[in-house]
Amino acid sequence: MAGAATFSGMKAALILIGKRFASSLLTLLLVSMTIFVIAQLLPGDAAQEALGQSATAEQVAALRHEMGLDRPAPVRYASWLSGMVSGDPGQSLVANMPVAEVISSRLPNSLLLAALTALIAVPAALAIGIGSAMNRGGRIDRALNITTLSMVAVPEFLVATIAVLLFSVELRWLPSIALVSDEMSWGEYLRGVAMPILTLSVVVIAQMARMTRAAVIDQMDRPYVEMAVLKGVAPVQVVLKHIMPNAIAPIVNAMALSLSYLLGGAVIVETIFNYPGLASLMVNAVTSRDMPLLQACAMIFCAAYLILMLIADVTAILANPRLRAQ
Amino acid sequence: MDEFASLSRRGLIGAGLGLGAGLLLPDSVLAASKPRRGGHIRVASLSSSTADTLDPAKGALSTDYVRHYMVYSGLTQMGGDLIARPALAERIVSDDQTVWHVRLRKGVTFHDGASLTAQDVVWSLLRHKDPAVGSKLATIAEQFAEVKAAGKQDVVIRLTGPNADLPAILAQSHFLILRAGTRDFRTANGTGPYMVTQFRPGVRTLVRRNPNYWKPGKAWLDEIELIGIPDEVSRVNALLSGDVQLVIAVNPRSAKRVMASRGHGLLETPSSLYTNLIMRQDQLPTGNPHFVAAMKYLTDRPLIKRALYRGYATIANDQPIPPFHPYYRADLPQTSLDLDKARWHLQRAGLTGVRLPVYASPAADGSVDMASILQEYGSRVGLNLAVNRVPADGYWSTHWMKHPLGFGNTNPRPTADLLFSLFYKSDAAWNESGWKNPRFDRLLLEARGEADQGRRKQLYGEMQGLVRAHCGVGIPVFISLIDGYDRRLKGLRPVSLGGLMGYQFAEHVWWEG
Repeated sequence: MAGAATFSGMKAALILIGKRFASSLLTLLLVSMTIFVIAQLLPGDAAQEALGQSATAEQVAALRHEMGLDRPAPVRYASWLSGMVSGDPGQSLVANMPVAEVISSRLPNSLLLAALTALIAVPAALAIGIGSAMNRGGRIDRALNITTLSMVAVPEFLVATIAVLLFSVELRWLPSIALVSDEMSWGEYLRGVAMPILTLSVVVIAQMARMTRAAVIDQMDRPYVEMAVLKGVAPVQVVLKHIMPNAIAPIVNAMALSLSYLLGGAVIVETIFNYPGLASLMVNAVTSRDMPLLQACAMIFCAAYLILMLIADVTAILANPRLRAQ
Repeated sequence: MDEFASLSRRGLIGAGLGLGAGLLLPDSVLAASKPRRGGHIRVASLSSSTADTLDPAKGALSTDYVRHYMVYSGLTQMGGDLIARPALAERIVSDDQTVWHVRLRKGVTFHDGASLTAQDVVWSLLRHKDPAVGSKLATIAEQFAEVKAAGKQDVVIRLTGPNADLPAILAQSHFLILRAGTRDFRTANGTGPYMVTQFRPGVRTLVRRNPNYWKPGKAWLDEIELIGIPDEVSRVNALLSGDVQLVIAVNPRSAKRVMASRGHGLLETPSSLYTNLIMRQDQLPTGNPHFVAAMKYLTDRPLIKRALYRGYATIANDQPIPPFHPYYRADLPQTSLDLDKARWHLQRAGLTGVRLPVYASPAADGSVDMASILQEYGSRVGLNLAVNRVPADGYWSTHWMKHPLGFGNTNPRPTADLLFSLFYKSDAAWNESGWKNPRFDRLLLEARGEADQGRRKQLYGEMQGLVRAHCGVGIPVFISLIDGYDRRLKGLRPVSLGGLMGYQFAEHVWWEG
C-alpha cells in the first residue's frame, strides 16, 4: 500500500518535472527576449559606454563594428540564441573574454555565499518558526515575533552598515570587505564572508521563520490536530508527524523564494562588502551595456529560480501522503 | 610662479635633469622619514568592473590609470608642479615645436627582459590612430603626422602643427609605452615600477616590485593589491578598519570621520575638476549675454564651497584655469553673488518672471544642489527656475549639452591647451555652451606653437579673460580631491592631475610599519 503510494508519487513527481522542464525552457526564452528588448530601450550601447563621454562619432562606429553592434537587433538576438542553444554564451563585449570565463570566476562565489547562508538560515528559521508556533500567544512567541518583525522591517544595507561599524571599525574582529582569492584558506574565507552571511541571514531567517510559523499555526486549528492531541500524542510528535507533512508545502515554497533571493538579490550585500559575486556582475553588465554577459546572468538567475520552485513543488508532493496518492 | 617663468622649457627637458627630476620628492619631506624597502599595501580605488583593462589606450577610470602607472612608464612624467619631465625619454627636444626628437634612455628593460627600443615607442604611439584599438585619446593622436624610428634609441615625432605641450601630452597614462606588437592584455609587459602577478577584471590587480626598474632605488613597496570599492561608505570603513591602507575619493562629509581616527590622514589635492552650469549660446533665452551675466551674479560660490564641499574646494571665477596653475591669470576681478546686478541683467534681458527648466544629475557631481541654490536665489530676483533631476545613467549621451540650461562636469586635463581645445574652441565637439569667439581660437593656436613661457602665460591669460566675460559657462568652484591613508604609508603628496598623486603614487610611497 505504502509502496504503491510512493510509486505513484514518484510518477507524479517525474511527470511534473518533465512538464516543468518544458515550460522552464519557454520561460527562459521569454525572459531572454524581454531582457533583450528592455536593454535595447536603455540609452546608449556598449560601444558608447566603453568609449565614454569623450568618444567621437567615427570611434563609436568603428567600435560598434568591432563588437558586431552594427547589425540589426533581431539578427543579434538570433545569433546570441543560436550560440546559447549550442552551449556557447558568447564573448563579453567589455571584458574581451568569453562570457563563460567571466561567469565561472563569479558563480562559485555566489553559490558558496548562498549555500553557507542557507546552511545557517534554514535550520534557524525552522526552529524559530516552529518554536514560536508551539508557544502561540506565549512569552517566547511574542519575543520571537517582535524580533523577526523588526528583522524584516530593517533594510539590509542598514544591518550591513551597523555590522561593519560595530565588528570592523570599532571591535576590529572581522574584515569590513569580503576579499576572496584563490590562495585563501577555508578559515580565512569564512572570516571574510562572516559578515555578508550574517547580513543575508538576518533578512531571510526572519522571512522564512514568519512563513513557517504561519503555516504551522494554520494547521494547528485543524480537527485532525485536535484529534491527535486528544489521543494524547506528545506536542513535539504532533508537530513533526502530523502537522509538518501538511505544512511543508507552503514552508518549502517560502524557503525557495528566500533562497532564490540569496543568489540574485544579494546585490546590496555584494556592493557593501565588495564581494565579487554574480549580482554585482549583472549590475556591471547593465551599466556597461554588455548584452551577452547580461543575458547569461539573467538566464542563470531565472534558471536558479525555476529549479528552486521545482524542488519546492516536488518536495511538497513527496512529503504529503494525500498529494502522493493522487 | 616667478620661479616657473625663469626656467626655460628647453633647460628643463634637456639632458641632465633626467634622474634628478625623477626623484620628485623635495628634501624636506624625505628628511621626515627615509624611504625603506618592503611592505604590502592594499589600495581601494573608486570602481572596478569587467571593463577593467591593462591596455593603457582604453583606460577610462581612476582604477585603470593607477594600474597603468604601476606597470608601465611613459616617455615623460608629470610632477606636482604640472611640468613634464623626461622619463623613458632621456631628452625630448624640438626647434619648431612641430618636429620632436626623442632620445631614449639606455638600459631600460621590459618585465620580460627585452630592451626598450625605438620600435616599441613608435608602435605604442601609432596604435592610437587605429580605430579598432578604441583609444580614448584617438583625437589627440591625430596630430601625430608621423612617428618613426631613427636608430635604435631615437624616435622622431612629426606633428600636424606646432604644439609646445607634446611632452605634457605624452605623460598621460594612455600614452604609456608597451612592447611592440602587444595584443593580449590579460597580463602586462611594461617598463614600470611593478609587475603584474594577478589581474582579475572587476576583482583585483596584484603587482610586485620590479627589481630591474630603471629608476635606481625605486620602487619601495614589495607588493600592492589594487581593488575597487564603489560604495564610498564601504571604502572609508575599509580604511578605518585597517583592511586597506589607501583609498581614493573620500567624500567631504566623511572627512571628519577619517580625521577623528588617530592612525589615518587625509590628503587634499586641489584640482581643476569642476562642475559647471551650461548656458547654450545657440538657444534662447540662454544665449542672451544679459542672462549669462545674471546667472554668474546669482552664483553663491562661498556657499557652494562650504555647504557642498565642506571647504574642500577652491573658489572659481567662471574660467577653467585654477589659481595653482602655472598659467593662472591673477588680475581678473572675482565675480561674486550680487542680487541687484543679477536683477538688472535679468530685466535688460526681459526675462523677469520667466519659468525656465534647468537639468541636473548626480552624474555631474554636486549639480543637483547647485541647481537648487540657483533656484533659491533666482526666486529672489524674479527668475523662476525649475530643477529637473535626471538619472546619472546615460546622462552624458541623452542630456549633456542638449538643453538650454544644464550642467557639465570636467576632469582635470594635463595642459591648458587640452582643456581649452576640448571644451572652449568654437568648433570643439564638447564646446559645452556653443560659444564662438574667433579671437579665442586664434590665441589658442598661437599659444600652442609658442615656446616662450612668458608669452604663453600672457596668451592663456587673455583667453581666461575672454571665457570669463563671454562664454556661456559658469564655474562656481574647483573641487578638491580627497584621499584617505594609513599614517604608516609615507611619501604621499598632492599632484593636482588626480587623486593618489595624479594616480602615480605607486613608485613614490613607502611603508613604515
